[in-house]
Amino acid sequence: MTFEDWFRTDRLPHIYCAGCGNGTIINCTLAAIDQMSWKKEETVFISGIGCSSRAPGYIVTDSLHTTHGRALAFATGVKMANPALNVVIFTGDGDLAAIGGNHFIHACRRNIDLTVVCMNNQIYGMTGGQGSPTTPKGCLSTTTPYGCSEPPFDLCELAIAAGANYVARWTSYHVKELEKAVRAGLETPGFSFIEAMTQCPTNFGRRNKFKQVADQVDYLKTHGVLRAKRERMIEQGEKIPEDLFVIGELMRRNRPAMGVKP
Amino acid sequence: MTKLEFWQGNTACAEGALAAGCRFFGCYPITPSTEVAEHMAVKLPKKNGIFIQMEDEIASMAAIIGASWTGMRAMTATSGPGFSLMMENIGFAAMTETPCVIVNIQRGGPSTGQPTMAAQGDMMQCRFGSHGDYSVIALCPASVQEMYELTARAFDLADQYRVPVFLMADEIIGHMRERITIPDKVAQTPRRELEKGVLPFQPDAQLIPGFATFGKGYGVHVTGLTHDEQGYPCTTNPKVHAALVQRLVDKIENARTAIADYDVVNPDAEQVFVAYGAPVRTVRQVLHDNPRANIGLLQLRTVWPFPEHALTIFKHAKVFLVPELNLGQIAREIDRHVKVPVVSLPKLGGDLHTPSDLVAALEAHK
Repeated sequence: MTFEDWFRTDRLPHIYCAGCGNGTIINCTLAAIDQMSWKKEETVFISGIGCSSRAPGYIVTDSLHTTHGRALAFATGVKMANPALNVVIFTGDGDLAAIGGNHFIHACRRNIDLTVVCMNNQIYGMTGGQGSPTTPKGCLSTTTPYGCSEPPFDLCELAIAAGANYVARWTSYHVKELEKAVRAGLETPGFSFIEAMTQCPTNFGRRNKFKQVADQVDYLKTHGVLRAKRERMIEQGEKIPEDLFVIGELMRRNRPAMGVKP
Repeated sequence: MTKLEFWQGNTACAEGALAAGCRFFGCYPITPSTEVAEHMAVKLPKKNGIFIQMEDEIASMAAIIGASWTGMRAMTATSGPGFSLMMENIGFAAMTETPCVIVNIQRGGPSTGQPTMAAQGDMMQCRFGSHGDYSVIALCPASVQEMYELTARAFDLADQYRVPVFLMADEIIGHMRERITIPDKVAQTPRRELEKGVLPFQPDAQLIPGFATFGKGYGVHVTGLTHDEQGYPCTTNPKVHAALVQRLVDKIENARTAIADYDVVNPDAEQVFVAYGAPVRTVRQVLHDNPRANIGLLQLRTVWPFPEHALTIFKHAKVFLVPELNLGQIAREIDRHVKVPVVSLPKLGGDLHTPSDLVAALEAHK
């Protein structure tokens, strides 16, 4: 089996815009899953609402496309009722961090054996480009027409503080690293959170001076710094630019987990 | 062998659920429903079931829907404010045809209202509370015995019709204690599994699709978006949407006779009380105190879909009197179906109607 066997080919063409990074992240996730030798009938994909959340509709397994922000609460029911199922959640920054924020921290706290892949494009793409809780300060969106004035959430810090067993952040540029991180998340008992920073050329890029898709991917490549490098910069007294973000594996631990496969 | 117990209504509700095979309970604490959760928290782990206290009622509703898709019988219990929060995912359950049972031990509203006092103010919310058109089933117990029996039946109805089923009790029935006879066994009709070669949302003659349990290899896609019979999103084709929503409504409304559950007393009466839940008890007291007066009673154990045919049993009725712990939510429904006057007898504040309240109403509408 290859990762391509996990796709529902009768659902093509997909809804994603040209240049969207979501397809890259879905590919990385399925490539990681394919290495797990999981059976399709034992695997369930769950999502909420938004561009990212359409992903389960393109995957052949049982899939539950739920209400906005609630994917983790639905997943809690599925996984606790049948721990033999492998449960993977696709979500986005608006779905997970805004309307689903409370479900997110409680799923981390319970440390339920779920793997969450968050496609963070820093915008509400599906509804036409409104600001989200991860829209960086100063960035333009249809609801932050004078530049975003609120500080953004660091979703990985949130997941770590709330108790997740595995936390990593990569980008749609770092495909090999992202695939490995998803695999590590799938292998870790308990709650795994993988944040994938990604480009939204249609609704974020074009309003924020990324004229080409590649410009935004290049931005993700050059502004993501490994934690070790960031710490080195601090040690050396370098000023950390505000737009740098940490990438890499940020937490791996073994807190007691719920809903682990018997 | 049946056995006798002296139980609180909320305990009977939890035990009825357990007897019906409920093995997943997701909840958030709220007065006056907490005893249902507390009882399930004690009993479910001993039966290899799952009890989980969620972060809010939105999540509770989500969790039981998730559990239901793995094939489990799943329930939640709440009251007014929590019921309002559940509306979003109740609509999701209706749209995705997910069997589940929602217990509402009604209290005084709106808003936080009267947490410890009885009301029946959520009867319309239960029917219409989530957005869009859909139909549901709602049962109303008037005794501890009925708390047990109707909760158990709710699971069969949910599985048979693939719909959220509501146990619309109230604080009085939930918190009262009385004698209850526990049967040896509660009959269970399991949900119909999807047959091979049939699409996961393709209805049968009763307009109900077979259930594609997660983990059995169906590869079913379940979405709250308007979907075709394959389960795939299809949101801009007016015909697909109209047909789906019409079927969600028709599968329940066409079955109203089969779903109906009511009790008729004195069908020749000219003055007829129609009641459900706690007010039934006051009406029965009035009937008991006035054995020679020809007073009728229609006790509704099913309120939704509304069993309108039951009203025609009272061929000599000159007036229908409807005591409710709200401002006439079901009286208005009855008025749609009969030609004689319908008198709403509302009671707010948490107290039951007294027998003399109802006798005065009988006098006033002779």
